[in-house]
Amino acid sequence: MTDTPIKDAAAHAAAAKVADYEHGWSADIEQEFAPKGLNEDTVRFISAKKNEPEWMLDWRLKAFRLWQTLEAPDWAKLNVPPIDYQDAYYYAAPKAKKKLESLDEVDPEILKVYEKLGIPIEEQKVLAGVEGARKVAVDAVFDSVSVATTFRDELKKAGVIFLSISEAIREYPDLVKKWLGKVVPVRDNYFAALNCAVFSDGTFVYIPEGVRCPMELSTYFRINAENTGQFERTLIVADKGSYVSYLEGCTAPMRDENQLHAAVVELVALDDAEIKYSTVQNWYPGDAEGRGGIYNFVTKRALCQGARSKVSWTQVETGSAITWKYPSCVLNGDDSVGEFYSVAVTNNFQQADTGTKMIHNGKRTRSTIVSKGISAGHSNGTYRGLVRVAPQAEGVRNFTQCDSLLLGNQCGAHTVPYIEVKNPSAQIEHEATTSKISDDQLFYAMQRGLGQEEAVALIVNGFAKEVLQQLPMEFAVEAQKLLGISLEGSVG
Amino acid sequence: MLSITNLQATVADKPILKGLSLSINAGEVHAIMGPNGAGKSTLGYTLAGRPGYEVTGGSVVFDGQDLLALDPHERAAAGLFLGFQYPVEIPGVSNLQFLRESLNAQRKIRGEDPLSGADFLKIARAQADAMGMEMDMLKRPVNVGFSGGEKKRNEMVQMGILNPKLALLDETDSGLDIDALRVVGEGINRIMRKADKAVLLITHYQRLLDYVQPDFVHVLAEGKIVRSGGPDLALELEREGYRELAA
Ligand SMILES: Nc1ncnc2c1ncn2[C@@H]1O[C@H](COP(=O)(O)OP(=O)(O)O)[C@@H](O)[C@H]1O
Ligand SMILES: [Mg+2]
Repeated sequence: MTDTPIKDAAAHAAAAKVADYEHGWSADIEQEFAPKGLNEDTVRFISAKKNEPEWMLDWRLKAFRLWQTLEAPDWAKLNVPPIDYQDAYYYAAPKAKKKLESLDEVDPEILKVYEKLGIPIEEQKVLAGVEGARKVAVDAVFDSVSVATTFRDELKKAGVIFLSISEAIREYPDLVKKWLGKVVPVRDNYFAALNCAVFSDGTFVYIPEGVRCPMELSTYFRINAENTGQFERTLIVADKGSYVSYLEGCTAPMRDENQLHAAVVELVALDDAEIKYSTVQNWYPGDAEGRGGIYNFVTKRALCQGARSKVSWTQVETGSAITWKYPSCVLNGDDSVGEFYSVAVTNNFQQADTGTKMIHNGKRTRSTIVSKGISAGHSNGTYRGLVRVAPQAEGVRNFTQCDSLLLGNQCGAHTVPYIEVKNPSAQIEHEATTSKISDDQLFYAMQRGLGQEEAVALIVNGFAKEVLQQLPMEFAVEAQKLLGISLEGSVG
Repeated sequence: MLSITNLQATVADKPILKGLSLSINAGEVHAIMGPNGAGKSTLGYTLAGRPGYEVTGGSVVFDGQDLLALDPHERAAAGLFLGFQYPVEIPGVSNLQFLRESLNAQRKIRGEDPLSGADFLKIARAQADAMGMEMDMLKRPVNVGFSGGEKKRNEMVQMGILNPKLALLDETDSGLDIDALRVVGEGINRIMRKADKAVLLITHYQRLLDYVQPDFVHVLAEGKIVRSGGPDLALELEREGYRELAA
């Protein structure tokens, strides 16, 4: 099944050349690069690097050829500078020293970076082996390659598969083949097709029938190499009657270079299964003048395939210069449930166009959308949401609440709801508000002893509470801090 | 404790305080009365440092410090508390969270260690009990859905928890029924009637003063103190109205 890696002299020469790039904030970890640019050889290089089977390479190549025929979407309320896809690297990996058993063995440089990023205490306790600490399994994705996986044994006992997607492709090809690209088809959109062609690594999770995953699963994504597009790929399959909570957090260091991020996340929930997917996204947003920052074009979708299945997306989006992201639920199973809870903060010159799609195909399917947009500085935040009810879907219910909070008067908040109802029995409710953070509130909080930025953080956290309380405990604390940090300097 | 000398302040470029002088010593309760629009709330806001209330002249010394040089939160940490005429709602933030963060922010400025959750709860519970407020109310978002009376009561709970040196209470009595008035009055005495504390009550009515006996009463009209006296002045005002006295 395994192909031999392609020995590409040109690729290695290019890699050597870029190895002496300026380090800046980057942790000092040797990188191995694919040559700059994007063509079929790049795709082959990545596939070979990952020792992928033939079928996977073929799938990638087909995706690449399709991608070449597609155009980048332009319907979002975003001002996207032209991206030169030939002027980027598509693969970078820490030089593999050996297979690691646990995070303790991870390069201390990497751990130091994690520490700087303030990885939750609970997690550190777990890593330090503190008794009674809440268990969180971390599959650390560092610059595209999974370098370590913890708690594998305990998960294995429960029958849970939690692997990097490259490993899963080799070890569970049938499971991967069955679902990869089934939720987000290759041709779904420009960025998804690109991801299919060049995805570097990501996570695969399978929860067997009737199993409640014994711990929260967590992956930290982190961009660390200049000019390296990040193309993560996540596939989570929850078999009948199973449950899993998955946490995705990401941050990026100071960078002056724009970096492209185009992840694809696919979730599948079978009968009575439930997936809770939480994200804290804190990629580098660019500086106060709008220079640099991550371009984040993500396709996240869940297939509620089984009856009474449930998927809940919770996201706290504070980072990235540009965010294009619509975690969605396709509610095929009768009585299935989709939820979307979102806080999106934009400051300075950030732009975010984010929301969700709830596609009601099954009978009595229900969805809840709670979106809280916070805009400051010269930024623009847009909520874009689609609620679609198919003709056969009797008894559908949706509730949408969209609130925007403005800090200052040079930012913008926009709400773009699309509602397509083909079955008259549907009950659809949509509420939207826009407000400004009030001087009364700020002064009241400051009179009680809070500094201006603490006061802003407090009020903003109150505004976002309904969403934050959906997050697992340790994430919620981190997210609260993040909201405050993201808005520093935005008032006064 | 507080020494205000010839204070002048404008709001939206409009002069409101026009040379106000007032001295308050530790252990004293002062009442300021005066017609609507006299500048009573403006005095409270200016002393507390509200943005938009611009000091154009005069000085204020609080506990030996130049009060006007401090930011609002530093004034709070120095021991200044303003009971708001219209307490503000903060959706999604519980009273407990609000007060714990506020208290710990003050302690930080004063170089004190933060209070643990348990220690804070003990204080909060004691203050809520003393004001006859259910703990459940403190778990609710700040002032959201509170009646006018409940908001004022909540101001007193906050004052008890933050334990200031000087309380400026802006019409804390308005909107209270007679029972609530008694509870609030007793609360002010309990928390603030101490040798090392002082109170400035802003009020229209004698009725709060029945519970909180002032040592001094002042009449504020057109941005100045136009008359000062003992507790009897309040009774006189109630009988005669402001116009006669200010004249
Ligand atoms: N934000 C403001 N903008 C303009 N004028 C104001 C503002 N706040 C107060 N004023 C004016 O200042 C004067 C004093 O108001 P205030 O201090 O509230 O009086 P009091 O509390 O004694 O009734 C009034 O004439 C009022 O209209
Ligand atoms: Mg007033």
